[in-house]
Amino acid sequence: MRWLIDFLTSSIGKKLVMSLTGLFLISFLVVHLLGNLQLLIPDGGVKFNIYAKFMTTNPIVKFLAIGLYTGILLHTVQGILIVLGNKKAKGSKYAVSTYENGSWMSKNMGLLGLLILFFLCVHMGDFWYKMKFTDQMPMVTYDGVVMKDLYTAVYTSFSQVWIVIIYLIGLVALSLHLLHGFQSAFTTLGLRHKKYTPLIKLMGIGFSVAIPALYALIPLWVLIKEAANY
Amino acid sequence: MKLEANVPEGELAEKWKKYRGSMNLVAPNNKRRLDVIVVGTGLAGAAAAATLGELGYNVKCFTFHDSPRRAHSIAAQGGINAAKNYQNDGDSIYRLFYDTIKGGDYRSREANVYRLAECSTEIIDQAVAQGVPFAREYGGLLANRSFGGVQVSRTFYARGQTGQQLLLGAYSALSRQIAKGQVKMYNRHEMLDLVKVDGKARGIITRNLLTGKLDRHAAHSVVLATGGYGNVFYLSTNAMGSNVSAAWRSVKEGALFANPCYTQIHPTCIPVSGEYQSKLTLMSESLRNDGRVWVPKTVEDAQAIQRGEKRAEDLPEEDRDYYLERRYPAFGNLVPRDVASRAAKVASDEGKGVVKTGLGVYLDFAAAIERYGKSEAFAAGIHNPSSEKIRELGEAVVKSKYGNLFQMYEKITGENPYKTAMKIYPAVHYTMGGLWVDYNLQTNVPGLFALGEANFSDHGANRLGASALMQGLADGYFVIPYTIGTFLANEIRTPKISNDSPEFHDAEQRVKNRLDQLLAIGGNQSVESFHRRLGKIMWDYCGMSRNAEGLKKGRELIRALRKEFYEDVYIPGSADEFNPELEKAARVADFLELGELFAVDALDRGESCGGHFREESTENGEAKRNDAEYTYVSAWEWDDNNPVLHKEELTFENVELKTRSYK
Amino acid sequence: MKLTLKVWRQKNNTAQGHFENYQVEADEHMSFLEMLDVLNQELIEKKEDPVAFEHDCREGICGACSMVINGRPHGSQAGTTTCQLHMRAFKTGDTITIEPFRANAFPVIKDLAVDRSSFDAIIQAGGYISVNTGQAPDGNAIPIEKDLASEAFDAATCIGCGACVAACPNGSAMLFTSAKINHLGKMPQGQVEHGRRVKNMVRVMDKEGFGKCSNVGACEVDCPKEISTDNIAALNRYYLGQVFGGQD
Repeated sequence: MRWLIDFLTSSIGKKLVMSLTGLFLISFLVVHLLGNLQLLIPDGGVKFNIYAKFMTTNPIVKFLAIGLYTGILLHTVQGILIVLGNKKAKGSKYAVSTYENGSWMSKNMGLLGLLILFFLCVHMGDFWYKMKFTDQMPMVTYDGVVMKDLYTAVYTSFSQVWIVIIYLIGLVALSLHLLHGFQSAFTTLGLRHKKYTPLIKLMGIGFSVAIPALYALIPLWVLIKEAANY
Repeated sequence: MKLEANVPEGELAEKWKKYRGSMNLVAPNNKRRLDVIVVGTGLAGAAAAATLGELGYNVKCFTFHDSPRRAHSIAAQGGINAAKNYQNDGDSIYRLFYDTIKGGDYRSREANVYRLAECSTEIIDQAVAQGVPFAREYGGLLANRSFGGVQVSRTFYARGQTGQQLLLGAYSALSRQIAKGQVKMYNRHEMLDLVKVDGKARGIITRNLLTGKLDRHAAHSVVLATGGYGNVFYLSTNAMGSNVSAAWRSVKEGALFANPCYTQIHPTCIPVSGEYQSKLTLMSESLRNDGRVWVPKTVEDAQAIQRGEKRAEDLPEEDRDYYLERRYPAFGNLVPRDVASRAAKVASDEGKGVVKTGLGVYLDFAAAIERYGKSEAFAAGIHNPSSEKIRELGEAVVKSKYGNLFQMYEKITGENPYKTAMKIYPAVHYTMGGLWVDYNLQTNVPGLFALGEANFSDHGANRLGASALMQGLADGYFVIPYTIGTFLANEIRTPKISNDSPEFHDAEQRVKNRLDQLLAIGGNQSVESFHRRLGKIMWDYCGMSRNAEGLKKGRELIRALRKEFYEDVYIPGSADEFNPELEKAARVADFLELGELFAVDALDRGESCGGHFREESTENGEAKRNDAEYTYVSAWEWDDNNPVLHKEELTFENVELKTRSYK
Repeated sequence: MKLTLKVWRQKNNTAQGHFENYQVEADEHMSFLEMLDVLNQELIEKKEDPVAFEHDCREGICGACSMVINGRPHGSQAGTTTCQLHMRAFKTGDTITIEPFRANAFPVIKDLAVDRSSFDAIIQAGGYISVNTGQAPDGNAIPIEKDLASEAFDAATCIGCGACVAACPNGSAMLFTSAKINHLGKMPQGQVEHGRRVKNMVRVMDKEGFGKCSNVGACEVDCPKEISTDNIAALNRYYLGQVFGGQD
């Protein structure tokens, strides 16, 4: 197992962890979005709440969720370690800073990552924590089955402007993080070729803009709808 | 002193083979006990250190650079010759030998040159095996191109960066031995003196350039591969750090310096643009394949151009003088370097120069662009192409051949050479002279060897293009590893050389005193200003065209400058710190002596040969060699007032001495 | 042209550095280093300490020159070393900030000169083909595809100046290391010990204290020889292949 330890402590090994966890989290973004878009279905939250119950109780999903938490943790801890290590390797900064030789996001992945982490804490504290560990959730009954009304909780939350602003900031950070991270993950895996790399880059940009935009649609939609109700 | 060249007996073609097969060898167990110092990590030094390490010697290798890879061999552009005859065009070892002897104007040693030609083929094999990415054909085999002055295509190349690739090959071999512990590498250590014990070279004194600390390094033998002395001219294509000090310190310890006046002036360099100029940049000789050299026919036009009122393209054909084509119809723009350089000087001296300083001629690609453009248009089936179309197609062809050179020219001058003619002027490029060595590359000091440009051995009075890389690597990879054995075989009973002997302490003290002396002068003029002035004297009196009166005057001026240097130079800082000005001062002090010897040698050689042109020795305006009186190597013993000349007569048993003619 | 130079002055590695302002009169045809020569001559005339900077060939190939000009290693002109950068790229009245290459693996020696011997260490770890002098077969014994030789050459043009490390916000040496690995690894003669070379060179690169690549790409932009980050991607691929598919 010596080889594995050597590998995981090598610079490329550490980057591989970032790349693989990053790609895993990217795939989660898609799944999570598809589920959440159900919030926009005008059925008073029936489909969404059933989906939410399934996601919090199904043993397979629960198992997968452990993978997700591990992924987030690894990506975060490893990322922080890499940023700190690189800061040390760089020593001091230049008096004149420039983005002519590299995009702002690529040079600020650590900062963007922390913003996303902060957003994640707010987000999970608001829903995931309340849903799983408290009884502050409103309840609802469908066909005699009592379940937590996450739909209402979301609508209550997103009708507050400051929450929506935090979400928007988080999603912009996510978008910028992805703009660099998506294609960077492929490079770290060594997947680069003049024939298909332009396609990866294009997909990366599309993904980084579209996914956060769709996510952003939800709180904005709720905010506007709730405002219209008054 | 009788100079023994130690050339082995036998037929020319058999000498090296037989000698190699019968010379004394050092057994592997003894190699382990022998220490060798190699100074310099260019092609010759890196190749020698790596190979000696592979053989099992304990090698200590020194460079004043921060890394072995920075040696100036890295800047060689064009290529490396080898008698492979891959092109089936009639090349052979003999032909390469003959071309080199003739190109050197019959002033080199036959046996050495023949050995060089023999080794040339092995160099290519070795370099390929090391991973040097030579240019290749579509079939995957090695490509060749032709170079000035020869009729076969034998030059191997890696775009315009052949020197870089070959040096990185040698550097990688050296790095491998460093990693194995066979070679101990000392970066940023400059050799400041040679140490002799009982008449034999046994070590060197170095200065750690970061801390200023002096160290005594002892070994059984010392190999110098420290390059040429072109920087005695201040402005040259050499790197800023290139210097003669290691060789010159050895001369001070009794080694002889051979043929110092043989200097190669390269015809195609970018002209000097102003007083601040620190170095000159070469544009590869290959450009003369397609560029036409010219100046205006009248001085009036030239002056208008110098003032910036006219440009090359304003002059109609009939007002241009394509002087190389006019004077040398047989070779035209492809005459050898020395001939092309002198012709450019003549044109400029007549007042027809085309740059502000008056020192420059045109190298014009307009005709080539048009010719290529037309043939491309024809090939593409375009009938009646417009002149813009022809230009566009032609420029593309020229770009594919010389793109990187054109780009470099534009970076330096700010002018686009596709649109307006290039301006070029000759510049000092290479020095054929160097430490006198015998067939074994051993100097007259036993145990002291000299390789590559640092020795005088193979190029005579003029070096052919693409031969410097060949010689450096031949010496380092294939000659010294054998010939050093002729000396070391007799040293196997010599115990480890101590660096604690009086000789070493004396030498260290000598160095310390010299540095203290320089620092103590405390005058008012910078080292750089003295170097510049020395260069100007050298160029004016010992440059492309020399005469007795000028050489005498030049010598006096150098002596006066040297005196002034020791009275008025100012060096900031101290000896025990990182002090580039002090390094430079010690080097310039040596140049101030070598420069004088240069003038003395040039004065002694009353003939014109190769790079050495004496105005007194001409015939119909062309250089005239004098074989009856000057078929010898001038090996000089230094003396402050009267350097002593030792002659090694050159005998030619295999080639007939002919006059070079390119008319 | 009149220029204001803001130059980093640092007596030695342990001393505290600071910026010093100088006025200098330059000519547009000067190279950047010749402009610094002018400054140094003036300083020497005033018996002040000249600015230390490294330089040698002054034609863009030795890799000695190393400074950061207005935030960019070798200045902002593409494919150009400091020694090839000419003053016509600036205009009168400009203030130019000049700093040393910054990276922990390149400690400052004095002013603008840094120690880059960590690069030698990386090469010594495997940047060679193990062939002794005299062991080579004929140069044409192994045909090599023209395009492959050309790609190897592109990687081999690295001059070891360290601009990649200096440009990298992480101080990573991946471009340097990967260029050498690709130069040798692309050709059949370099394939034999490719796996060993990849592992050993990466190990020493890490040991020398360089940072980790995060694919910013600044190295490629500021490389005076315009070496591509494709080399880095290829090295990642080789390394993963070697770790998960290799023998040891």
